[in-house]
Parts: sequence; C-alpha cells; structure tokens
Amino acid sequence: MSEEVLAILMMWTFIFIYSIFGSIDFGSGFWAMIYNNHKTMAGRIANRFLSPTWEITNTFLVLLVVAFVGFFPKGAYTLGTVMLVPVSLILFLLAIRSAFMVFSYSVQGYRRTMFIISGISGLLIPSLLIAVLPISQGGFIAVDGDTQSLLLSKLLTSPTLYLYVLFGLTSELYLSSLFLADYARVSKKEDAYRLYRSNAILLGPLTLLAALFTLLFITPESRWLIDNLMDQKIWFILSLVAFLIAYFSLWWPKQNRPGIGRPRLTLLATVLQYGLASVGYGLAHLPYIVYPDLTIYEAFTAPETFYSLMIMYIVGLAILAPGFYIFWRLFLKDKRYLQQE
Amino acid sequence: MDTVVLARAFFGTSLGFHIIFATLGVGLPLMIVIAEIIHQVKGDNDYAIMAKRWTKAFAVLLGVAIPSGTIVGVQLSLLWPGFMEIVGKVISLPFQIEIFAFFLEALFMSIYVYAADRLPRYFRLISVFFVALGAVASAILISAVNTWMNTPDGFKIKPDGTIYDVSPWDAFFNPSFLSSSFHVAITAYMTGAFAVASVAAFKLLKKRPERERAYHLKGLFMSLTVALLMSFVSAVSGHHSAQILHQHSPEKLAAAEGLFETQRYAPLAIGGYTDPKTEEVKYGIEIPWALSWLAAGKFDTEVKGLYEFPRETWPPFYVHTLFNLMVGIGTLLLGLAAVALAYWWFFVKRKGKQFPKWLLWSLVLSGPLSMLGIEFGWVFSCSGRQPWTIYRVQTTAEAATKNEDLGVLFLLFLGLYALLSVLTVLILTAYFKRNPVSKDMEKLQS
Repeated sequence: MSEEVLAILMMWTFIFIYSIFGSIDFGSGFWAMIYNNHKTMAGRIANRFLSPTWEITNTFLVLLVVAFVGFFPKGAYTLGTVMLVPVSLILFLLAIRSAFMVFSYSVQGYRRTMFIISGISGLLIPSLLIAVLPISQGGFIAVDGDTQSLLLSKLLTSPTLYLYVLFGLTSELYLSSLFLADYARVSKKEDAYRLYRSNAILLGPLTLLAALFTLLFITPESRWLIDNLMDQKIWFILSLVAFLIAYFSLWWPKQNRPGIGRPRLTLLATVLQYGLASVGYGLAHLPYIVYPDLTIYEAFTAPETFYSLMIMYIVGLAILAPGFYIFWRLFLKDKRYLQQE
Repeated sequence: MDTVVLARAFFGTSLGFHIIFATLGVGLPLMIVIAEIIHQVKGDNDYAIMAKRWTKAFAVLLGVAIPSGTIVGVQLSLLWPGFMEIVGKVISLPFQIEIFAFFLEALFMSIYVYAADRLPRYFRLISVFFVALGAVASAILISAVNTWMNTPDGFKIKPDGTIYDVSPWDAFFNPSFLSSSFHVAITAYMTGAFAVASVAAFKLLKKRPERERAYHLKGLFMSLTVALLMSFVSAVSGHHSAQILHQHSPEKLAAAEGLFETQRYAPLAIGGYTDPKTEEVKYGIEIPWALSWLAAGKFDTEVKGLYEFPRETWPPFYVHTLFNLMVGIGTLLLGLAAVALAYWWFFVKRKGKQFPKWLLWSLVLSGPLSMLGIEFGWVFSCSGRQPWTIYRVQTTAEAATKNEDLGVLFLLFLGLYALLSVLTVLILTAYFKRNPVSKDMEKLQS
C-alpha cells in the first residue's frame, strides 16, 4: 500500500467514525427537542447522553480538519478556498449550539432555548457538512487560472445536493434512533425504547430509498463515480445484507425475557452496514479528493511529516485509550448514571 | 478594504476573542488544582468551595472557549489556505498532538463536571489535574505553530515554492519554541491568578460578614501569591524572548524599539511613538546602553536598526507602542502584586487592618489589565512579523484567501462574538447571584 493510500485510508476511517458519532450527537439533539417533556422520558434520555459527550464529538470534528491539513495540505488549500461560505455557516451554528449546551447547564432558564437551538442546528449542521460530498464529485467548482471558486447558485439549484441532504438526514435520524433505542434499553426505560424503535422501523427503509435516489439523480459531471461504484458492487451487496440483519433484529425476541428486539445487535450491524458502504464509496472515489482537479497523489503531504503523524496517532491513541475507557464506563454503562430518574 | 486586510482583521478578531477564553481556560484550572490540593492538605472547606465555584465559572467559559477555538482552527484553512498548505507539510505535528491534549481536557472535564458525585475524592483531583494538563498542553502546542511562523525551521524551499527536506521535529522545536511557548503558558497562569484576585478584591470592597470576608481574603492571598510568582517568571521569560528576537528576528526588535541606525551601546526607548516622518521615537525616555544590554547581556552588543533591512520588509511602526504596553502592563502588575502582598503581610495579617480602597480598586483592575497585556503581546507578535506570515518564506498576501466574500461573513462573526460575550457575562452574573458564596457555606455545614 502506498503512503498516499494509507493516508486516505486513515482519513476515511476518521470521517467514518465522525459521521457515526456526529449522526448520533446531532440526532440526539433533534430528538431531545422533539421529545422535550415527553411522558416516556425519551427526550431526557437523549439529553442525558448528549450532556457529557458533545464536547468529545466536537473535538473529533476538529481532529478531522487537522488530520486533513496534515495528510493532504493541497486538499486543505482547495477545500479551504471553495468551502469558505458553507464552512463558515457550520462554524457559526456550531458555536451557538455549543455555547447554549454549556449555558443551559448553568442557568435553568436557558434550557428551552437550548433544546430548540440544539434541535434545529442538529438538522442544519449535518446538512451543510454532507454538501462536501457532491462538491467533491465534480461540477461545482469553477477554475479560473489558479483561483478556484464554488458555483454556489449551481449547487443550490442542483437536485443532487438536496438528495444528499435527504440521505444524510434520514441516516442521521435512523442511526441516532437506533443508538438511543439501545441507550434506553440499557437505562431500563422500555417505553422510550419502544418509541425510538418505532422511529427506526420507519426510517430504515427511507435511508435506502434516499440513497437510491441520490445515485439515480446524480449530476452528469459525476458519471465517473457511478461507473466506479459499479465496480465495487460487492461492498454494497454486503452492506445491504448487514442492513437486513440489523433491521430484522428489531423484531428478534429477547432471550428468556419479555420485550422485542435486540437494539445492540441492530446498532452494531448498522454501523457495519455504513462501514461496508463507505469502503465501496471510498474505493470508487479514488484517486480523487476533488474531481477532476485534485488527486490524493497531488495533495499529499511531505513523507517525513506523514510518518511522524502516523507515529503520533498511535502514541496519542494509546495514551488516551484509558481515558476513553473510563468515560465509557461512567456515561454509557454505569447504572447509577443511566437509571437515575 | 482589500481582501488581505479584511482577512487579517477577520482572523485577528476571531483570535483576539478566543484568546480571552483560552487564556482563562488555561489559568483557571491551575487555580482549581491548587485550591483542591490546599483543601486536601489543610482540610479547610473554604478551598473546596473556591474550587467548586471556579469550576462553575470555568465550565461556562469553556462553553465559549471550545467553539471559538474550533472557529479559529478551521478559519486558518478558510482565510489562509496558502499558509495552511505549507503548515500541513511542515508543522502539522503540534496541531495534531494538540488534538490529543484537547481530547484529554474534554474527557476529564466531562468526568469532573458530570460524574463528580460518583467519584472518590482522589479521582476528582486526578480529573481536574488532567483538565489543567490538557489545557496548558493545548496552549503550548498551538503556540508552537506560531513560534515556527516567527522562526521557521525544519524544511527547505525551492524558488518555485516546492518544499523538501522536511524534518517535522526540527520545525516543532524551532529556535523560539521553548521560550515563547513558555511565556504564553506562564502569562496565562498569571492572568488566571489576577482574574481571581480581581473578583476577590471586588468582593472585599463591600462590607460583608466576617465569615465571608475571611473566605475572600484567602482567595485573594492565594491568587496574589500565584500572580506574583507568575509575573516574575513571565518577566524573566519575556526578557529571554526579546533576546531570541535579537538573534532571529532583528527587524522585529528594531521596530519594537524604534531603532533605525545599527549601533553598539544602543539605547532603550520607553514610551513615546515612532514618528514615520522623522524616523525616530518621539516623546520617549531613552535609557543609554540598555537595549544592547537587554539584547545580549553586554553593553557593546551591536543591535541592528531598521535601515539594515529593505524598507518593504519593515514591520509597522505602531508595534513600538504595542511592545511598550505589553511590557509596561507586565511590570506594573508585578509591582502591584508585590505591594499588595507586602501590605497583606505587614498590615492585614499582623495588625488586622483592612485593605485600603485604592489598593482594592487597583487589584480589581489587575485581571482585565493582565488580559489586555496578553492581547497586546499577541498583536505585537503577529504585526511585528509583517509583511510575512512565515518569516522570510511567505508573505501575508500570498497566504490569504482569494475569496472576496469575506465582508458579510466578518460582520456575521462580529455579531456572534458580541452575542457570546454578552451571554457569558449575563450567565456568570445570573448564576453567582443566585448561588452566593453564603449558600455554598450553608450547604457545606448541613
């Protein structure tokens, strides 16, 4: 494996991890708004998960940017130039959301505002984030000499963008429903579990439909991607199998206990489903970062920097692993935290 | 305004805003750790109350520090894409390690805030220690990139801009890294301590029950002790940083001192301003030989003046004023902390007197002043490097974005920063008004 491919593999892994955690994070914000004061405690469960974790998820977003600059500096140059407006909007929303998350913890009067801000930004931020995919597939960047710029009006009038957004949002809500179903089950809140489970039953097929339509209505400039995707069929078939396992395990009875579904299994199989699809998409996207102007080979960093970054990732993650473990024990496993009223 | 000036104004505003919260985000955790330790050693519950209340304030400030830090981090790529392309190749290492420090801080902050009641006492101390460690490590690592911009190292560049022979660790440990990053960390500690002293002094201005007065006096004494120590160390490290300027960025030192002619036995100009017409410092106080001595410890040291360098690479003249303000504030605060502690020792502790109003009011101002000193220092460091973004490698114009949509975005973010500032103040006052220290004391007794 060449250095460039190793670097893009790392990058995709980070993007994948963030897209899962980000979906759960922003989705929880949305559900916490919808189910605020709901009798099943579904809103409170979403919020209980969100309070200690959003900061870590946010750090991961910064990690994505930093890793991208480190591995593919030329890519940071191109995307930094063309993404000025959408990314600035993301930053703006993110700042308001984060601030209110913290403020509402200190002063109760801000709670309602916080739920609304975090709920709405929970839909807007992911929609803006996913816009990077259609942009990277070509057709939305004008090149004039050595200056590049985003064709904003073309992007905003293109159905591809909205189908991507639809796919992103249904996936976000599906993943977060599944996660919160599992979280509710661990917290022994069966009513909230049932609520999130029924959301997931509705959303699951919608994500597939959205994905299908996204591919059907792809722009002519992105034809190359469809051809490449066809060569990666196997990953998408496997992904579909994972989806079916996930989806049907929502009806799989619990062992020796009343109640329906195995949310943990569903969640893991769904993560696998998105993982397999990401591999297929990632392979089809190679070697381009931004089609047709920028490949991973042109964008790659200095080799010496690449190796020292790789070493530091291994060292850093090894040092942090116990911290993450303690965190998981305290907020995702500890019954004293989960089962409080 | 042209795009480059606008990009500088935009980024400078983002950074200037973030610095306030980031500095307190480094300074306050140290105070919390010290209070927790004193509490565990002496068993005095007042220190536990202090730690608890400062943590509350810290958590609110963190609510702005995190998103504003995210903004600054991402805006680097948006506003300075040309700069980040070189950064990515040469100096991405500290950025990346900083992420780990950031994770450390975020993980243990959540644990300290949301799981404190489920944790044994010693583990709370460990958590807050890691929060403080993560915070200061972040500051040092981010400063590493800035020091590299001032004294770039660890790579070679061809005339066409191709970068080769990269050595990431040499870039990291560039000539000014240790001295400047240390200065950043220590001044953040100094500012955190003065910020606490400001609040304690303010509380002592009004008549209060003896029990509460004693509480605030403890806070004041503790913060002034830290502030005095840190002011002293930051003066020494600042002096060292100036010597590094003498060696590695002579134009910057020359502009800071308004020195035009290269000379031995160079004088130090304090105050005044650099007149662009006559090319000299007006209305300043000149101390003969002092600059040469400061630059390298000997009176006959040759200090390079601005005439030594091409005119188009001169930093702006106003950096002389910025430099004086930074040094002036640092010196003033060092003196203030010393006077206040002496007063405490001779009159408050021994004779049971109260602090006089003028001294308390000066102390109230010390926190904001210290923060101003830091802001001046950063503006000095970055303006004094102009016209370069990476010293003698890349100009600011080359680094800046070519995108012309900055104006509206700048206004949008100005509004955001104003909103967040107002909200922060409102929330802090609302919280501490509803939870006065007397309430915490009662809670502890019951």
